[in-house]
Amino acid sequence: MAPLLSVQNLRVSFPTHRGRVEVVKGISFTLGRERLGIVGESGSGKSMTGRAILKLIRKPGLVTADRLEFDGVDIRSQSEKQMRAIRGARISMVMQDPKFSLNPVMTVGEQIAEALVTHEKLPRRAVNERILAMLEAVRIDDPQRVAGLYPHEVSGGMGQRVMIAMMLIPEPELLIADEPTSALDVSVQAQVLDIIDDLVTSKGMGLILISHDLNLVSRYCDRILVMNAGTVVEECAAGELDKAQHPYTRGLLAAMPVIDESRDELPVLDRTQWAGT
Amino acid sequence: MTTRDWLLDDSPTSRWQASVGRAYRVFTALLRNPLSVVGGIIILVLVLTAVFAPWLAPYSATGQDLANRLAPPSDMHWMGTDELGRDIFSRVIWGSQITLTIVLLVALISAPLGLLIGAVAGYFGGWTDRVLMGITDIFLSMPKLILALAFVAALGPGINNAIIAIAITSWPAYARIARAETLTIRNAEFIAAVRLQGASPVRVIVRHILPLCTSSMIIRVTLDMAGVILTAAGLGFLGLGAQPPLPEWGAMISRGRTFILDQWWVATMPGFAIIVVSLGFCFLGDGLRDVLDPKSEGK
Amino acid sequence: MSAISLSNLDISYGDTKVVHGVNLDIAEGESFALVGESGSGKSTILRAIAGLAPDWTGEIAVLGKTRSHGIERDVARQVQMVFQDPYGSLHPRKTIDAVLSEPLDINGIGNRGERVEAMLGAVGLDQRFRFRFPHQLSGGQRQRVAIARALMLEPKVLLLDEPTSALDVSVQAEILNLLKRLRREQGLTYLLVTHNLPVVSFLCDRLAVMRQGRIVEVADVELLKTERLVEPYSRELLAATEGRVLADTPS
Repeated sequence: MAPLLSVQNLRVSFPTHRGRVEVVKGISFTLGRERLGIVGESGSGKSMTGRAILKLIRKPGLVTADRLEFDGVDIRSQSEKQMRAIRGARISMVMQDPKFSLNPVMTVGEQIAEALVTHEKLPRRAVNERILAMLEAVRIDDPQRVAGLYPHEVSGGMGQRVMIAMMLIPEPELLIADEPTSALDVSVQAQVLDIIDDLVTSKGMGLILISHDLNLVSRYCDRILVMNAGTVVEECAAGELDKAQHPYTRGLLAAMPVIDESRDELPVLDRTQWAGT
Repeated sequence: MTTRDWLLDDSPTSRWQASVGRAYRVFTALLRNPLSVVGGIIILVLVLTAVFAPWLAPYSATGQDLANRLAPPSDMHWMGTDELGRDIFSRVIWGSQITLTIVLLVALISAPLGLLIGAVAGYFGGWTDRVLMGITDIFLSMPKLILALAFVAALGPGINNAIIAIAITSWPAYARIARAETLTIRNAEFIAAVRLQGASPVRVIVRHILPLCTSSMIIRVTLDMAGVILTAAGLGFLGLGAQPPLPEWGAMISRGRTFILDQWWVATMPGFAIIVVSLGFCFLGDGLRDVLDPKSEGK
Repeated sequence: MSAISLSNLDISYGDTKVVHGVNLDIAEGESFALVGESGSGKSTILRAIAGLAPDWTGEIAVLGKTRSHGIERDVARQVQMVFQDPYGSLHPRKTIDAVLSEPLDINGIGNRGERVEAMLGAVGLDQRFRFRFPHQLSGGQRQRVAIARALMLEPKVLLLDEPTSALDVSVQAEILNLLKRLRREQGLTYLLVTHNLPVVSFLCDRLAVMRQGRIVEVADVELLKTERLVEPYSRELLAATEGRVLADTPS
């Protein structure tokens, strides 16, 4: 089976007063209907990778790739209009903070309806049913009431669930989740990720989970890419993270304190070791 | 090490170098914007003209030559002469001094006043805020020119009173901006941190809040300068600003009104000067906004 | 003598009460953690102790002395705070030198240049950073500056409000190491607010679990390490954290 997404030698660069700076330096990967995690620290280029796939990088940013194909469609040659048909309908993206991604003057129900109706013509009745079913799917107890609320009336965790509902209601084939839970409390994080996980697995979608949290990614993904300074330093199956080879990955794992911490000092990454910066 | 390297050094070795380096960065950013360069050149020309007026002006600003009255522009008189035979070009040059004085004094009086009132109102909130902003609103609710007219009428005509009147009418806008900025800054963690170190409210406002309001204030004042020049000209036109024979541009237009159909240059030339200088301030203000606006910083 | 002692503390924001009847006693030299989710009131307690949340009833005593509701200079010399967001806690137009000199200037302490240099060294920042502006620094470097600023007045107690939650894992490790070393060297008392239990395990001696403005459980950190917390809510928090930790994280 052909892969859902195939990326080869993807580069993203931005101009600065010291010339163009590449933030993604030629990364390649393919994705089937599976769950891929991209992990890295801030500035590693992980978010830019996600955005580049959706062609969301604005001028003066520049994206080049030898290959950037989604289900046989060459993303590079798509016009902005064609991209709009792909975004949402076939590839969706969940952003970090629901507070900034939801329109404050529209109710939750209206926003989800809009996400659905832009891509699919449906009678009003069917739209309502789909919305309520979707809200239920993201485990909102009282979908009727929540659909009538404004974004400021819902909590962070609820807002993020609404975002997920919005992104998944057109039934895309690929979901890109960029730090979907870092603005949430630990207990809510698990709930939200479980919901994403359930929906992705049951619908056979592809998932790219972008996060700074190695443990979280290893728990919810099949495969992991570790990024540092714009390149992929390590690629491994999620279960084999503890066998990671690259010193950066090992450093990251070791730098995290654990519940039964007995070390007097946490090992610190020696950045000079592999990155030439 | 060249001067440029020293200015752009990433790790300056003294306070002085750090602040000069910052100013240099703002300056080079300004140079990249063509409109602001045009604006800057216009303002520079205005300043130079005002300073060197005695050497630049070919004739005296007040010397009459009744034989030559209402002469059209020629080699002798580049902008023609007015009804008393005075050289308009020389009067426009001398007039730049008056314009610059008005602009500078109005900015020096109204901006700090507005800044202080706004910052105090925003920082303390509560009753202080209500009283100060109430006063501000009263001033804001009246049209600027009308209010200025009322003040000049009360204080008596003359250039000093015009300056005072314009300053009194323009501070409320600055107070509003300063208050709005202060409201967003006052709950910032860096303000909480200096308060925790025992800083008094005066210190917090003067040393920590005002410096953050000044850049938007500079932008706003520069953009408002065009309005100030127009108000001053308006007062002059109505005979309430600079008194004859002072070569104030608005008053000159007013005198030229009588002959506007037959001797167009008498009113047009000073009007042209007003337009160019107003535009200059607007361009510079726009450029400054792009460079100094804290929201666009860090890009 | 206890460094911080709270009795019957109720704190309100406007009309809503966010902290209810908190009693707490933190010994001098101890490192104590307040743990809970957002909205549990843990940060509010910190702000009340610092004097930034003046609307409270009950009693707050710092190093044996009852404190008033506002900000006091005497208290300022003894209790300082490090904030969560390294990007919001430094004045954007002031150089690092100005930020660190300010507390000395306010409190009329001389020898500023030398003290600033020494403090930069103590928090592991190169002297090159001294005249830089905050936007020229990374998040971890900014947090070092924030810690340095808090220590300029040589306080006895540091209030730490999620000091590493906005940082990358590797940077978090550096800052945690720094905090641990500073405490050892200067005999500081820490009151740390966090939602991250592993951080508590690394840095603290005791912890209090908070929920909806109340303290649910106070426990020794040993009980956390061995997962023997008693209250159901504490166990819930622990489970949520554990779910994310690999069974065999290398150490």
